[in-house]
Amino acid sequence: MNVDFSKEELAFRVEVRAFLQDKYPANIRDKQEKGIYLSKEDYIAWQKILYEQGWAGINWPVEHGGTGWSATQKYIYANEAAEAKAPRVVPFGLSMVAPMIYTHGTEEQIARFLPDILASNVWWCQGYSEPNSGSDLASLKTKAVRDGDSYIVSGTKTWTTLGQYADWIFCLVRTDDSGRRQEGISFLLIDMHSPGVSVTPIITIDGTHEVNEVHFNDVRVPVVNLIGEEGKGWTYAKELLTHERTGIARVAESKARLKSIKKILDETPKGFESMKTNSVFMARLLEIEIELKAIEYTELRVLSSVSTGKAPGPESSILKIKGSEIMQALDEIMVEVAGIYALPFVPEQYETGFDGESIGPLFAAKAAPVYYNNRKVSIYGGTNEIQKNIIAKQVLGL
Amino acid sequence: MDFSLNDIQQMMQDSAAKFIQNDYNFETRRALANSAIGYSEDNWALFAELGWLALPVDEAYGGLGGSLVETVVLQQELGKGLVVEPYFATVLLGAKLIQKLGTQRQKEQLLEQVVGGELKLALAHSEPMAPFDITQTRTRAEVKGEQFVLNGHKAVVLAAECADLLLVPARTAGEPGQLEGISLFLVNREQPGVQLKGYATNDGLRAAEVVLENVELPVSAIIGEEGAAAGAIQEVLNEAIVALAAESVGIMEKLLAATSEYVKTRQQFGQPIGRFQVVQHRLADMFIETELAKSMVFFAAMEVSKGGEAAARAASMLKVKVGSSARFVGQQSVQLHGGMGISDELDVGHFFKRLSSINSQLGSRDMHLQSLVYEAVNH
Repeated sequence: MNVDFSKEELAFRVEVRAFLQDKYPANIRDKQEKGIYLSKEDYIAWQKILYEQGWAGINWPVEHGGTGWSATQKYIYANEAAEAKAPRVVPFGLSMVAPMIYTHGTEEQIARFLPDILASNVWWCQGYSEPNSGSDLASLKTKAVRDGDSYIVSGTKTWTTLGQYADWIFCLVRTDDSGRRQEGISFLLIDMHSPGVSVTPIITIDGTHEVNEVHFNDVRVPVVNLIGEEGKGWTYAKELLTHERTGIARVAESKARLKSIKKILDETPKGFESMKTNSVFMARLLEIEIELKAIEYTELRVLSSVSTGKAPGPESSILKIKGSEIMQALDEIMVEVAGIYALPFVPEQYETGFDGESIGPLFAAKAAPVYYNNRKVSIYGGTNEIQKNIIAKQVLGL
Repeated sequence: MDFSLNDIQQMMQDSAAKFIQNDYNFETRRALANSAIGYSEDNWALFAELGWLALPVDEAYGGLGGSLVETVVLQQELGKGLVVEPYFATVLLGAKLIQKLGTQRQKEQLLEQVVGGELKLALAHSEPMAPFDITQTRTRAEVKGEQFVLNGHKAVVLAAECADLLLVPARTAGEPGQLEGISLFLVNREQPGVQLKGYATNDGLRAAEVVLENVELPVSAIIGEEGAAAGAIQEVLNEAIVALAAESVGIMEKLLAATSEYVKTRQQFGQPIGRFQVVQHRLADMFIETELAKSMVFFAAMEVSKGGEAAARAASMLKVKVGSSARFVGQQSVQLHGGMGISDELDVGHFFKRLSSINSQLGSRDMHLQSLVYEAVNH
């Protein structure tokens, strides 16, 4: 049992640091440091840099342009990238639909879609949830009716993250109403520019436009856009969830945030109150740090078992729950650190182009909106309650 | 990065699991705990045979030279049997401390006997005013001619009655709060002036208050160097925190399995109570806490092995995490067993009591959290 890096792994870390030092654009870094929201162009620019480096498809197989990194290398990369405050890669294309395509897609689909995903030429979004199908996802009603070489798709998808930027959407659609409801679901790729697709924004409590409703009004979708077999979409989607354990807890990001919080506590500008001398607050912060360490080692255990060729053990199922809880705990901490300056709602302060003087310390400006927005992390990807159902059923046999 | 077990670790796990499975069921354990000496000498001889007594002892003294990780693996399994033999006191406290502090000769004399199962030890490190922090030791050893004279009160000394020798930290210099000036004395409990008041503990073990009244000892009774024992004691206690936490994790695993089984069979409202979501989520939370505690033990085992300041911090972090995990899993196991959970007849309540007793040892959760806060605020 050991968690020490080998000589090769240490060399890899040097390489990653050098890359981040040289290639991570100063303008994006500056925004990330100030907490200014990134634009679509920022995300694409960064992902194209990763592509140029050959590091876009972190989990992809080498034959499709993936890195071929070991679990430890992925862990090192995630930590270094988070430490450098590099943007998180938008997951829908590179981490979600791509594995679906290279696992279950045809040669034609692989050739048609994967290169543009790897190079971030195309923006993808996810169409799973519907207004009446949240936790009970298998009840979804968006219909895809076969008509010659096409499906005619009608229905509404919701909570579609960054759907306003998307060129393509991957959807779970109902192709059969007759049997077991899970077996009537198929996995379909839909061009967002098709006639009949419309997107309406949903504004969240932090005042931002991140999620959307996507409406399909008799949209004609070629049958060649079906992934795998008709009626197997549910199985594929579930499979994807179990394969995408790495990084789901976002431990690296939380570690980097914890470090920033400590820095803020040490460097609170003169004239503002610091929580560092408040021992009740510091006890809470330490408990979060301890919890984070426990989650980090749980993730390492999972990575280690995967790297020795075993399937992730039952401990992997707790990563989503605890990872989201820790993120939210850090959000609360930041609101506490912001103190009374958690109140001003001045969105210009964290929008592109802001270079004025902030009201209160700049670290306080986004504390409350981030706290509000991140309530999502225990809701999306299967609520934490659903995750506990899964543990009870699959791990404890209840 | 590798969390798999090596050969010796696997061997420890297998032999301990087999022993608990075949020779240490709950009724056997209850009878041993209730017996006059509170454990089995036959088992002790078996522990020697199985190499458990040799595990952390250097190979030079007949040991296996196992690391803290090996100890973790063994302790986790022993926890599942609520083992009452004085393994922790003799091997994980006593032998390890002698190994760290003793002279070549002392180690040769004492450690080989421990490995062979012929010598039991107890470490009298706690005092009423210093339950964990060794620098707060108030027991004094004054020089009188060629001798030292010890006076003091040692609190809740585990396995003191069965120990052939007591290891007693006492101040030969300095004041409470100082690291320097603490020496470790080897004391025969038959020595005039040594009073032992033995009792059972809530978790089925034996301990004693040890009062030292003008106990006269030669200079040769000091293990290692005069006045320089505190650092090594702290190291051993940090490692002991990891060992007890590993035992807690074993107990939590056992409770989780027992409770999952119980809710599948216990019928109320015409169905197994495990069908109720409130029960399912409680068990899911117990599972989560057990796994997090286990991860934390692995972290601390590796970190504490490295020694230094990081070791104390990791041990405290572990104590804080396992303190809350063990409390939660213990309490909820009792809760989900309903009235049976608090009946003496069932093992569940006894596992719960052991978790609770571990939490009260080597500094409570709150004490360790406080020391982390102190360090963070003043850093």
